[in-house]
Amino acid sequence: MSANIHAVVSDDVALSVRGLTVSLPTGMERSHAVKDISFDLKRGQILCVIGESGSGKSVTANTIMGLLPKMIAVTGGSITLDGREIVGIGPEELRSLRGRVVSMIFQDPLSALNPLMTVGAQIDEAMQAHGIGTPTSRRERALELLTEVGLPEPEVMYHQYPFRLSGGQRQRVMIAMALALEPSILIADEPTTALDVTTQAQILELIRDIQRRKNMSVMFITHDFGVVAEIADSVVVMEKGHVVEQGSAQDVLKTPKHPYTKRLIAAVPHLTGKDRVPLQTISTGPVLKVENLVKTYRSGSKLFGKQRVVQAVREVSFELAPGRTLGVVGESGSGKSSLGRLLTKLMVSDGGRILFEDRDVAPLSEAEFRPTRQRIQMIFQDPFASLNPRATIGRILTVGPIAHGMAPAVAREEARAMLDLVGLDAGAIGRYPHEFSGGQRQRIGIARALMFKPKLLVADEAVSALDVSIQAQILQLLDKIQRETGVSMVFITHDLRVASQICDEIAVMQHGRIVEMGPPSQIFLNPQAAYTRELVAAIPGERPTGMAPVAVAAEP
Amino acid sequence: MSAFLLNRFLQSVVLLVIVSIIGFTVLNLMPGGPMAQYGLDPGMTSDDLERLKEQLGLNRPILVQYFDWAWRLLQGDWGTSFRDGSPVLSVIGRHIFATLLLMGSSTVIAIAVGTWIGIRGATHRYSAFDYVATIGAMVALSIPTFWFGLVGIYIFSLELGWLPAGNMYTIGDGSALNYLHHLIMPSVVLALVHIAIWSRYMRTATLDVISQEFVKTARAKGVPERRVLMKHVVGNALLPMITLAGVQLPSILTGALVTETVFTWPGMGRLFLDSLGYSDFPVVMGLLMFSAILTILGNLIADIVVALVDPRIRLA
Repeated sequence: MSANIHAVVSDDVALSVRGLTVSLPTGMERSHAVKDISFDLKRGQILCVIGESGSGKSVTANTIMGLLPKMIAVTGGSITLDGREIVGIGPEELRSLRGRVVSMIFQDPLSALNPLMTVGAQIDEAMQAHGIGTPTSRRERALELLTEVGLPEPEVMYHQYPFRLSGGQRQRVMIAMALALEPSILIADEPTTALDVTTQAQILELIRDIQRRKNMSVMFITHDFGVVAEIADSVVVMEKGHVVEQGSAQDVLKTPKHPYTKRLIAAVPHLTGKDRVPLQTISTGPVLKVENLVKTYRSGSKLFGKQRVVQAVREVSFELAPGRTLGVVGESGSGKSSLGRLLTKLMVSDGGRILFEDRDVAPLSEAEFRPTRQRIQMIFQDPFASLNPRATIGRILTVGPIAHGMAPAVAREEARAMLDLVGLDAGAIGRYPHEFSGGQRQRIGIARALMFKPKLLVADEAVSALDVSIQAQILQLLDKIQRETGVSMVFITHDLRVASQICDEIAVMQHGRIVEMGPPSQIFLNPQAAYTRELVAAIPGERPTGMAPVAVAAEP
Repeated sequence: MSAFLLNRFLQSVVLLVIVSIIGFTVLNLMPGGPMAQYGLDPGMTSDDLERLKEQLGLNRPILVQYFDWAWRLLQGDWGTSFRDGSPVLSVIGRHIFATLLLMGSSTVIAIAVGTWIGIRGATHRYSAFDYVATIGAMVALSIPTFWFGLVGIYIFSLELGWLPAGNMYTIGDGSALNYLHHLIMPSVVLALVHIAIWSRYMRTATLDVISQEFVKTARAKGVPERRVLMKHVVGNALLPMITLAGVQLPSILTGALVTETVFTWPGMGRLFLDSLGYSDFPVVMGLLMFSAILTILGNLIADIVVALVDPRIRLA
C-alpha cells in the first residue's frame, strides 16, 4: 500500500487519502485511530466508508475536515483535496476550505443545529463565514437552498428555530447549510442513522439526487450495509483503524473477499419473510391479553385553553401466548415505547385492560402490583445508561431479588447461573459495568431481567444501540433464552429487519394505533395496510431480487 | 406565558406568607419581646410599659397581631419604627439606594469577571490559568467576606492610602467620582465570592456546550474560531447562568449585609443590624419582607429573561 503514496493524483479524483496515520494519545486501547489507510473518492461518485464503532471511520472524516481534537494528531500520510495537499497546512487555511470546498453533515440532526439561532441565520452564517455575498443575496440563496432540499414553505422555515422541526427536516437544513457554497466534496457522517426508516429513505434519496445534479463527490460514512447497497458507487471497509477491503459497491457486496467484510455482510439482518417455528408449550392460555388500552398525554393548562392533547396509545388490543414474541414496530412518535411503558406499569394507562395471567393489572396500585412486577421485566435500549456505574455486576443482578426477599447467598448463586446463561464468565460478578463492551452490557441487562424468572420480557429497542454483528449475537441469545425458559416477549423496535428475525407476530403501529398485525410472512411479503407497505418499501437495501440498487445500476 | 406568570405569582404569595409567619414568630420569641428596648429605659415603670403595650397593640394575642400587621401591610402601611417614629417604608427608602448601588456594582463585577474566567478556564482546560483560577476560587469561597474587607482596608486604606476605609461619600463632596472612589473596595470585596461561584459554573456550562454537536457544525461551516466561541458556545452557555444569577441574588443581599458593616456603608444591611439591636420590630419585619420580595422578584425576572432568550421556551 505504501507504494501508492507517491502515485500521481489524476483529475477525476476529488479526494485522495494516502498512507494516512492518525495517532491516539498514549493510554488509549490502541496507539492509532487509523493506520496507513489509502483510498480515493472519485469525482461525482458516492464512496461509502463502512465499519463498526471504533473502526476509525469518523476519525478519518474529521481529519479531512481538520476537526480533530487537539490531542489527536496526524502522524503520517497525505490527504489531497481537489489536488491540494491539506496535511500540515495552517488552521486558518483549513478553515477557509471548510464549508467552501468540503462540507460535512452529522449523525444526530437534533443536536447539530444551534438551538438559539433561526434556520435562516445558520444557513446565512455558512456563507458569511467566508465573506461571501451581501445580506440580501445570502438571504435569497438561503431560501433557494431551503427549496432545493425539499422543505415546505421556505419563507416560514427561514425564520423557524430548530426545535420546531422534525429530525428529517433538521437533517434537510443541515444539507442545505452544507450545500450553501457548492462544495466539491460532501462528507456525510452517518447522516441517516438517527432517523426513522421512511425519513432515512427520503434523506438518502435527497443526497443521491443532489449528488447527481451537482456532480458532487460524496464520502458517506455508515455502519449499515443496507444503506451501502442503496447508494454506494464504491466501498471502503474499515476495521480497527485499517482499510481491510475496498472496491466497487457491486464487487464488495456480491463477492466480499476479506473475512471481516463477509462477517459484516452476513450479520446484516435481512427480511426473512419466513415465520419462526413457534415454541411448543404446555399451557395454551395467553400470558398477556391487552384490551382497548389507551394513553393520552396532556400538556399545558386547561385553564388557559392552550392544552395540547396527544393520544399516544389508542385502543390497542392484542394477545401474547407463552413462549412467543410479539414485535411492535413503528416510527418515532407511533406510541410503541408508550405501549411498552404501559405494559410494565412504568406509566399508568387511561383506559382499557392489561390481563397478565388472567388478572387485570391496569387498575392495580403500585403496592398491589409489586409482587407481579417481578414477572414482567424490561430490557432497555442504552446498555451504557441502564446499568449503575458504581455497582458491581453482582450487585446489579442481586439487588432486585434480594429486595423481593431472596436470600443473598441464593441470589448470588442465581446470578452466576444467569451470567452463564447469557454467555458471560461468572467472574464478571465482581466487576463494574465500564469494564464491559456494549454487547456485554446488554447481556448483563438481559441477565438482570431474567433474575426474577419473568413470564414476560418487554424489550424496548434492546439492540438498536449495538453494532450489527453484536446485534445478531444478542438476537440469537434472546431466541435461545426464550427456547430454554419459555418466557414471552414484547419486542419493541423501529427496525423492521430486526423484528423479522425474532418475532412470531408483528404489530405495526402508527399514531398510537395498531394498523396491522400478523406473522412476518404477511407483514413483509404481503402487507395489508398502506402504511406497512410504505415502511417495508423504505427499508434500505431490501428490494425484490433481480433489481439492483439504483446507485449501483447507474455505474457503467 | 400568562399562565406561567399567574402560577409564579401565586407561589410568591405563599412564600411571602411563610416568610412573614416565620419572621413574626421568631421575633416574638426573642427574650424581652418587642418591648425589650423600652424596658431598658430606667425611667419606665411597669405601668408605663403596660400602657405602651396597649397603645402599640402588643397586648393582643400574637395571631391577632400578625393578622393586623399583615392586613396593614397589604394596604401599604408597613408600620412605624420604634426608634424614631417614622414610617418603616421611609426608613427603608433612606437606605435602599446605598444597598442597591453596592449590590448592583458588585453583581456587574462578579458576572463580568466570572464569565471571563469561566470561559477561559474551559477553553484552556488544565492550563496554568485554569489551575490558578480553580485554586483562587477555592480560596475566595473558603475565606469569609469580612476578612477580605479587613485586609483590604489594612492594605489599601491604612498602608497605601489609595482608597477610603468606609462610608459612601465624603461629607461635603457629593460628586459621582467621590461615590465611585468609596464604592471600589466594598463592591470588589463583596464580588469576590461571587466571582468564584460564577466562574466555576460558567466553566462547567461552557464545557457542556463546547462538546455539543452544533459547535462542530459551526466549525465545519468554516466559521472563525472566535465567532464559534462567542456566538455558539457562550450564547448557549449563558442560558443556565441567568437562572443562577436569580438564585444568587439573596446571597448577594446577605453578603451586602456583612460588607456594609465592615465598610460602614449606610445601606439596608447596617439598618438591619442596628434595628435588631434596638429591637425595632416593625423595621426588622419590613426589611425581612422587603428582601423576600426582592429575592422573589430577582428569580422571577431571571425566569422571564430565560423564557425571552430561549426560543424553545418563548415559542413553546
